[in-house]
Amino acid sequence: MNISRRTWLCSSAAAAATAFFGVAGRAFASLEEVEKAIEEFGGGAAVEDGGPLKLKTPEIAENGNSVPVSFEVDSPMSDDDYVESVMIIATENPSPDVATFHFSPASGVAKASTRMRLAKTQNVLAVAKTSTGQLFKVNNNVKVTIGGCGG
Amino acid sequence: MAAKKPRVKIPKSVAAGDIITIKTLISHKMESGQRKDKEGNPIPRDIINHFEAAFNDNVVFSVDIDPAVSANPYLEFSAQVDEAGTFTMKWTDDAGEITEYSQDVALKG
Repeated sequence: MNISRRTWLCSSAAAAATAFFGVAGRAFASLEEVEKAIEEFGGGAAVEDGGPLKLKTPEIAENGNSVPVSFEVDSPMSDDDYVESVMIIATENPSPDVATFHFSPASGVAKASTRMRLAKTQNVLAVAKTSTGQLFKVNNNVKVTIGGCGG
Repeated sequence: MAAKKPRVKIPKSVAAGDIITIKTLISHKMESGQRKDKEGNPIPRDIINHFEAAFNDNVVFSVDIDPAVSANPYLEFSAQVDEAGTFTMKWTDDAGEITEYSQDVALKG
C-alpha cells in the first residue's frame, strides 16, 4: 500500500466517523449520566466488581462503527437464582446506553453478544443484576482507532 | 425505515435439555439521531429498539436496544430447549413496526 492510498483511507475513514457522530461540539456522556444509569438499573444497591460477570471486548477496535461485545454471567439460572438483566454502557459516547439484555431461567445461560458503536477510546461497562438482588460490574477499556492512523 | 428479512441460525434438532446458541442478524440502518445532513440539520433517530425471542410462547431472551448498537444489529444468545417447539423472534422499531421470524425445533432421538 503506497503512502497516498493510506493517507486517503485514513482521511476518508475519519470523515466517515465525523459524519456519523456529527460535528464536534456535541458533548460526550458525563460521569454523572453514567452513575445515574447504573443507579436506575440497580435500584441504588451496592455493585460488586467482577464476581461471576465476564465482559469481552477487543483491546483495540479498528472500526468504531462496529465493535464486538459479549458477556457471560456464571449463574445457576434456576427459578430461585438467575440473572435478570445485563446493561452495557459506553461511558464516553454522546449517549451512554448501548443495550440492556433480559434473561430468564429458560435462557439456560446468561450470555449474549452484539456489536456496538464507540465514538472514541473509552471504558465500556457491563452491569449485571440477579433475581436475588445482587449487582456486579466489569469495566473494559477499548481503544478506538477511527482514523485508522492510531489516533 | 422497515427492516429487511432477518437471518437466524438455530440448530434444527437438539437433545432435550440442551442449551443452544442462536445467532440473529437483521438489516437496518439504525440511524442514531447523532448525524447531521449536508445542510447541518439533524437526521432523526430511527432504530430497532427492542428484540424478543420466545420458545413455545415463553419469552427466553429480550433486549432493549439503544442507538449505540451498530447498523444491521447482530444478536447472539442462548436458550434451553426441553421439548420440541417453535422459536418466534420479534424486532420492533421506533415506528412500532414489528418484524417476525419463526422456526421449529425438533428433538433428537
